[in-house]
Amino acid sequence: MLQGWVVGLTSFAYIGLLFAIAYYADRRADAGRSLIDSPYVYSLSLAVYATAWTFYGSVGRAAENGVGFLPIYIGPTLMIALWWIVMRKILRISKQNRITSLADFVSSRYGKSALLAGVVTVIAVIGIVPYISLQLKAISNTFAVVLQYPDIVMPAKLGTVPVLQDTALFVALFLAAFTILFGTRHLDTSEHHEGMVAAIAFESLVKLVAFLAVGAWVTWGIYDGFGDLFARAAAEPKLAAMLTPFDAVAGSYSSWVWLTILSMMAIMFLPRQFQVTVIENKDEKHLNKAIWLFPLYMLAINVFVLPIAFGGLLHFPGGGVDADTFVLTLPMVERQELLALIVFIGGLSAATGMVIVETIALSTMVCNDLVMPVLLRMRALRLNERLDLSGLLLGIRRGAIVAVLLLGYLYFRLAGEAYALVAIGLISFAAVAQFAPAALGGIFWKGGTRLGALAGLAAGFLVWFYTLLLPAFARSGWLPIGFLEEGPWGIELLRPLALFGLGGLDQITHAMIWSMAANVGAYVGVSLMRAPGAEELRQASMFVDVFTRPAPVGGAGFWRGKASAAELQNLLARFVGAVAAHDAFGEYARLRGLAGAQVRPEADADLVYFVETQLAGVIGAASAHIMVATVVKEEALTLDEVRAILDEASQVVVYSRQLEQKSRELEAATAELRTANERLQELDRMKDDFISTVTHELRTPLTSIRAFSEILRDDPKLALEQRTRFLDIIAKETERLTRLINQVLDLAKLESGTAEWHATSVDMREIVAETVTAMSEVFRERAVRLELRMADNVSPVHADPDRVKQVLLNLLSNAAKFCEAGRGRVEVTLSKEGGAVRVDVKDNGPGISAADQNIVFEKFRQVGDALTDKPQGTGLGLHICRQIIERLGGRLWVESRVGHGACFSFSLPVPGQRQAQAARAA
Amino acid sequence: MGEYDVRGQRLAALCLLGLLLFNYPLLAVFNVPRMLFGIPVLYVYFFLAWAALIGLMALVIERRG
Repeated sequence: MLQGWVVGLTSFAYIGLLFAIAYYADRRADAGRSLIDSPYVYSLSLAVYATAWTFYGSVGRAAENGVGFLPIYIGPTLMIALWWIVMRKILRISKQNRITSLADFVSSRYGKSALLAGVVTVIAVIGIVPYISLQLKAISNTFAVVLQYPDIVMPAKLGTVPVLQDTALFVALFLAAFTILFGTRHLDTSEHHEGMVAAIAFESLVKLVAFLAVGAWVTWGIYDGFGDLFARAAAEPKLAAMLTPFDAVAGSYSSWVWLTILSMMAIMFLPRQFQVTVIENKDEKHLNKAIWLFPLYMLAINVFVLPIAFGGLLHFPGGGVDADTFVLTLPMVERQELLALIVFIGGLSAATGMVIVETIALSTMVCNDLVMPVLLRMRALRLNERLDLSGLLLGIRRGAIVAVLLLGYLYFRLAGEAYALVAIGLISFAAVAQFAPAALGGIFWKGGTRLGALAGLAAGFLVWFYTLLLPAFARSGWLPIGFLEEGPWGIELLRPLALFGLGGLDQITHAMIWSMAANVGAYVGVSLMRAPGAEELRQASMFVDVFTRPAPVGGAGFWRGKASAAELQNLLARFVGAVAAHDAFGEYARLRGLAGAQVRPEADADLVYFVETQLAGVIGAASAHIMVATVVKEEALTLDEVRAILDEASQVVVYSRQLEQKSRELEAATAELRTANERLQELDRMKDDFISTVTHELRTPLTSIRAFSEILRDDPKLALEQRTRFLDIIAKETERLTRLINQVLDLAKLESGTAEWHATSVDMREIVAETVTAMSEVFRERAVRLELRMADNVSPVHADPDRVKQVLLNLLSNAAKFCEAGRGRVEVTLSKEGGAVRVDVKDNGPGISAADQNIVFEKFRQVGDALTDKPQGTGLGLHICRQIIERLGGRLWVESRVGHGACFSFSLPVPGQRQAQAARAA
Repeated sequence: MGEYDVRGQRLAALCLLGLLLFNYPLLAVFNVPRMLFGIPVLYVYFFLAWAALIGLMALVIERRG
């Protein structure tokens, strides 16, 4: 089944399937149900990294030096570990600025320089065209090999086929058609090609499955597993050396390291990788899964490389079969026709996937960053006056696609036979690695300038050209070979493969060392020579601070000038069509919340920025800048103004921090005020309560006095005995009234702090003794026993003796009041306690429940059942006592259990200890 | 982006680990003519270390918090 027509038909059918998938995905995208909006599709599309170079070339390289193919996949794995930091930033920047290509990214960063965009484009085209031709060569060669079935004949021996019979040409034309169809279907400002991405993801699956199938078949079909295969290889002395490859070649560790570094840069800056990773990215979050899924894909596609390489070397020991074709020739020689066909399709998908994406990326660059800026500047073309430019744009892109593919084909026809597949791939890698300093430096270092980037790119590119491309030309016979061996004009120091005498390295390592030194050196050196200008500084700040600076400030804050909204809309319409432009303006007005969804006639900075980014999504930042400048009278900002704006932005941050601080303070103050207010309200309420309680308390005795007086007045015939009893009550109530008023007055004085205090040194023994003596009569009347215990040597305290007596009298009369007559017993104890003197008055009355123990010290609060118990006091006594004791710096408290009496105690500090006491109270 | 980016730092550390694993002198340690499970030690080392690195990256990415 490997006849020419079967293979040809299968290939057509396969490419037809790609068309169908792309078409379906585009339809789904138009319907708003994107097929590629998934991290898995995204990861698979990244696998466009694995080209025919991987599919066929890895085995070729492995057959040469064992593990030499691995750095090309391990390097990207290490780089991708850094993607969380690096790629997320690039993604965010690119989405904010609507970046359309790598050239656009670099030129945007350095002040939207059209020159820089052009330089990047030229380097990319020169560097990548050989790589594209490599893919065409792979397709053409494998097709030729398959056609010789059942013989195994290498294409080099078949001689050159005429152009019109060359498969590569037809493949190139087919791919051009596919790319034009799905890469330039329409212009839109997001530059997404969903159909293309879906087809690429599918191709990644196909090539993985094909490679795994052939690998598993070689390992377990031809041989008896890994052990058998490697055991046979180890038995061959020539192959045994490859099991420990690092000894075989001098300097192999250094070339290993440089290959790793080279691949780390390639995975970021190959135009096709930038296209699928950044431009076609639908959602930043897809990157997360890709960070481990894509390396896993690379691991999987490499597992069987070594078994196939060794299998091929064991099968074709003479060296007559090119190792690059082992993947295909092994199934062929074993008569596995179906497997050979699958492999061919796998290789086809690896090659076509790469060519399609690379061509789209390059054509976008050529159109936006090379052709358009030139056309727009040519006044003779009067492009500024053309109404609809979208047709022109699409035309340029389609032309660029055809041109790039034909260039690739041309290179393949002219130079394709000079090198093995892998060498060409690495030359391309080294070319795109030149973008790394300017691009990576640009997102982390604000000091990089346009001139620095230009110098770095130019220097790196020239060294690359001299040390890699010219030698390739020389080997193809376009230059005298003496150029390599003796150096130009016989100057040995300038030999391209041992520049300045740096010999003993392989070609790639040698070129990388010199080109990176020149590139980084020139980039940093020239950047440091002059400070960045206004435009550069503003773009640098937008790139480097993309995560910290809010987008509108970054863009619109920098612009000043005059423009009319209608003119801007017309401008946009010329590139995207009138309907799309109208929709974009409506959306803009809606998002900004403008009245009636209408943009104001006088455009502000925000609108100009909006239009420029929309345009940049179609024609790139550099061209968009030129176009917008034609309708906007911009007043150029000076460097100082840009600095001022940047400072302002950072000051805004400082202000907002200060504001936060202030508002926190304000909150604290508000909370304090609220508590103070609550306290005031509480006090106010307490005052009202106090007044109403006092009036109530005053009214009770007054009522009874009035009642009895009226009886005495109205009833002259009342018996003397009755009269005496009533007068007695009146006298007692008056007494109570007087006492109450005195106490209220006393309390008012105490609380307002106007009470008079006559503080002297007081001997507590004396006071206690005097008070007890004075009260003894009361106790005897109530038949309550009073006991007194006093410690010796009690230190004198500093207090007002009358006040202390008042407290003690109150406590004693309370104790007498609450003790049961006859069985009552009151104990007064005077003792020393630490730095204080303590007095306890203990009774054996009913006691106070724990809940009431605090209440008894409050104003007008008497413990007991309010309904049944007749109040026996004013309810102010204990409160006044506590006020007095606290005023004297002491403490008054009660300990009691219901049914076991109560013990009221107070302590007064001894002078000298007073300060410590005060501190504790505070 | 105010939050502390612990994932980025873990991944950067994994990158450094990878640079160490796939470099001289560690490679020289495994560059010996011996077999493990019938496979040359160096090859076993490459693929196991590579797989482990990817596993760790997946762990850092997929773990919550």
